[in-house]
Amino acid sequence: MRLKLERRPEASRFWFYLSPVLAVALSALAAAGLFALLGVAPGQALWLMVVTPLANVYGLAELGLKATPLLLCAVGIAVAVRANVWNIGAEGQFTMGAIAGGGIALLFGEDGGAWVLPLMLLAGVAGGLVWAAIPALLRTRCNAHEILTTLMLTYVATQLLGYLVHGPWQDPEGYSFPQTKQFDSAALLAPLIPGTRLNLGAVFALLAVPCASVLLRQTLAGYRLRVVGLAPAAASYAGFSQAGAVWLGLLVSGGLAGLAGVCEVAGPIGQLTPVISPGYGFAAIIVAFLGRLSPAGILAASLLMALLYLGGEQLQITLQIPTAATGVVQGMLLFFLLAADVLVGFRVRLIGRSVAAPAHA
Amino acid sequence: MTIARRTLLATPPALLLSRVGRAAEPMAIGFVYTSPVGEAGWTFQHELGRRAVDKQYGGAVKTSYVENVSEGADSERVIRKLAADGNHLIFTTSFGFMNPTIKVAAAFPKTLFEHATGYKRADNVATYSARFYEGRYLAGVVAGHISKSKVLGYVAAFPIPEVLQGINAFTLALRQVQPDAVVKVVFTSSWFDPGKERAAADTLIAQGADFLTHHTDSTAVVQAGEEKGVPTIGYNSDLSRFGPKTCMTSVTMDWTEYYVGRVKLALDNAWKPTDTWGGIKAGMVKMAPLSDAVPTAAASDMQAKQADFMAGKLLPFTGPIKDQTGKERVPAGSSLADKDVLAMNWFVEGVQGKA
Amino acid sequence: MPEQISILALVLGILVATVRAATPLLLAGFGELVTERAGVLNLGVEGMMLVGAACGFIGAVTTGSVLVGFALAVLAGLVMALIFGVLTLYLMANQVATGLALTIFGIGLSALLGVNYLGTPIPGLATRIFPHLADAPPVAQQLMLLDPVVWIAFATPVLVSLFLYRTRPGLVLRSIGESHEVAHALGYAVLRIRLAAVLFGGAMSGLAGASLSLAYTPMWTENMTAGRGWIALALVVFSTWKPLWLFVGALLFGFVTIAQFQAEALGLDVSPNLLAMLPYLATIVVLVLISRDATRLKLSAPAALGKPFHATT
Repeated sequence: MRLKLERRPEASRFWFYLSPVLAVALSALAAAGLFALLGVAPGQALWLMVVTPLANVYGLAELGLKATPLLLCAVGIAVAVRANVWNIGAEGQFTMGAIAGGGIALLFGEDGGAWVLPLMLLAGVAGGLVWAAIPALLRTRCNAHEILTTLMLTYVATQLLGYLVHGPWQDPEGYSFPQTKQFDSAALLAPLIPGTRLNLGAVFALLAVPCASVLLRQTLAGYRLRVVGLAPAAASYAGFSQAGAVWLGLLVSGGLAGLAGVCEVAGPIGQLTPVISPGYGFAAIIVAFLGRLSPAGILAASLLMALLYLGGEQLQITLQIPTAATGVVQGMLLFFLLAADVLVGFRVRLIGRSVAAPAHA
Repeated sequence: MTIARRTLLATPPALLLSRVGRAAEPMAIGFVYTSPVGEAGWTFQHELGRRAVDKQYGGAVKTSYVENVSEGADSERVIRKLAADGNHLIFTTSFGFMNPTIKVAAAFPKTLFEHATGYKRADNVATYSARFYEGRYLAGVVAGHISKSKVLGYVAAFPIPEVLQGINAFTLALRQVQPDAVVKVVFTSSWFDPGKERAAADTLIAQGADFLTHHTDSTAVVQAGEEKGVPTIGYNSDLSRFGPKTCMTSVTMDWTEYYVGRVKLALDNAWKPTDTWGGIKAGMVKMAPLSDAVPTAAASDMQAKQADFMAGKLLPFTGPIKDQTGKERVPAGSSLADKDVLAMNWFVEGVQGKA
Repeated sequence: MPEQISILALVLGILVATVRAATPLLLAGFGELVTERAGVLNLGVEGMMLVGAACGFIGAVTTGSVLVGFALAVLAGLVMALIFGVLTLYLMANQVATGLALTIFGIGLSALLGVNYLGTPIPGLATRIFPHLADAPPVAQQLMLLDPVVWIAFATPVLVSLFLYRTRPGLVLRSIGESHEVAHALGYAVLRIRLAAVLFGGAMSGLAGASLSLAYTPMWTENMTAGRGWIALALVVFSTWKPLWLFVGALLFGFVTIAQFQAEALGLDVSPNLLAMLPYLATIVVLVLISRDATRLKLSAPAALGKPFHATT
């Protein structure tokens, strides 16, 4: 007796919605087991992980705040992946967006005025765009694969940030520490809800979802992009340029990542420092796939990932469970989600060993 | 009504029941660490302080820590959580937590905060740091007696003032014993990357360094020295077990007395937002026991200077001091003021590297 | 003064440092090369390396034998790769996401496993073989530092090349990477061969991790690979999936890293941050130079890379 997977004639809608539920249930079980192994009460740990972070307005706002860069970057990455363009460097584009926006803040922040912030945000998008344009150029003109170029440029961006905050942009009143001065209030994103840190970035992130959806499904450019990704031969036969799809994919994801970057430094951080991201650009890749590369799914996935991060912190604070355990739980949840998704496209059949030879009539 | 529901949601059911019928509440104290605790290193030394507090005050306090807290936007949330969860005194142990600490302190005026290696205070935020450079000075004395090639290697993470203070003090002391010795500095751009530190150490040895020290968080440099037979001086914790034959000593920091003292003040309601910058005399910087391989002359020279520190007589940044370019930074007869030491962004003569 | 070090010792020192820095990249890189040539993209290299490093260290500390450590590391890599293989090959899960999940899982798992082994000092591999390494004269010392793992890392490109290009199984593997449908039609067990390739990649990643925790920097600390797995992945792409270029890439990257430190130690007046960019920029520049021929690039990426295979017959 063995299990065999049979492709379904069409994707099962039932499992499309149920597989995440199944995965979450399985991971909860696995996590409970892990917690028991670590010597803590599983029920309490799970509660702390998923309920406690959301227990008040501040917690919900933090969820939104943490999900914002994930959502922005992931939507962009998903658009790129649809064109078969692998943008592994969202982290670097995030950093460049922060640098560009931060630069504007440092230059013009003192002058005040309502125009500073929009200019910063535009600069942030531009920064990410430019940083993504480099791999796009290298891929279309020189055939350099973007997995490598985007990843390498991420490291370069991090070093550039380090150079700027340590050198030319260092706060002169800052005792030679690597940081810029804190941005003036005209250059800061104010909280949407007083007492929390949720800011305009969340609105942009939420807007990105329908915009990306529209781009992919209702525009010709998006259509071309998807065809290039799904069937490159057919696309070139139809005259859809692959280079165009590469550019569109990288620019969209670069711009969104750059926007996420400037929102992070104009929002919760309020200045440029050497460390501005705990790895959003990489986590966003997972969010993109968890969300099945659809903007709406990504919205849900980003909230889930953000909750896992917050939950992990809570577990550390209350039960002193090491952050390493959070990583294990996150990994397991992802495994279960990815595994459960097989049921959407395939049916599981038990094949008996003693199958009679087909009768030939 | 809403408040009650929120509290219910925030407290897992099991814990709720245990809160009933509690007597005098122990004071909750939180520690925020930027890296894992491990068994040696910057965070480990802070953890030793936390454990000392636990041991000293027993049931009167309840300490907890959060490790691996990234210095970006996450830190503010973690610090805030600790404050909101009822911690009365919170230690934030890395420079990058400075602005988040100030922001949270403004929202929680009744909570007390202690920020390490920063410079911003508030009514409820104290700062503290240690004059690590005093230990580095003593390290330089030891190194000066041991190095023969007159080339010494320094593997450092980032060119921030605290690191530069250490390098400069090391070099100044070294050149009192060997006036034409040179200290080569290599920056790894990471507090913690053992592989890079190893590569940097190998490079320095290849260029003739016969003595190494470091300002990074791992033990890789000491291990590199042990493997190649090059003497080293460790940092943060006593690293002699990583270099039993070659690690001469280590510059360590001891936060236990400071932490125990501050907690007492908080318990007695006598806490004030002070700025503490103690060195060897205050017991905040200590040298690990000298290895047997340290020659007697080096040991006695170091001990003599250590006694000078204890008596408050020795100021490492006393002029005349010239920087790398030859310009005089500290005239003869005067000593660098604290605020200039705090903002140090230059190298003394004899250091080869870019600040 | 530096003049006391002979030129030979200096050059040898740089060479040996480069070689040792390149070793984990070679091991993990070639493992991933085989995996990708079979058509599977495993982004979990970093996670597999870390679990290998942790398990290798634990094995060596518990039994006192570094051989047991390496064996355990290889086994750990195999197990991690098996998880990936089952998910992506048999359950048709998306390869990119699964690989990333493996990395997150591996980072966390290694930290949990190694928690009792932090701060435990052990002698390095080279010292175990040559107990008097520390007292050896400079030139001899450099040569002694080329421990067995380094030799394995340098034998790997040759062996993998021979396997891929001169053996029948290698040809089959490559054909599966180019077109799994055709290979299946020809009767080859696509999934089984891909699984073997994935497992090989895992074993090599585990070995690469152990090369760090048992040989290069004999210790265990969380996240000690510090991104080397990602560099190895990038180098496979850089190499346009050809063994020779992967070898060159690993050495290039190792060399520029060492060169960066050399330049600093010589007193070069450039910001350390800007110097630190060099290895990454160098990799991009060289990639651009070797990728200019469009047809060559198109022909070298395994055509079926990343696409799941499901037998319908």
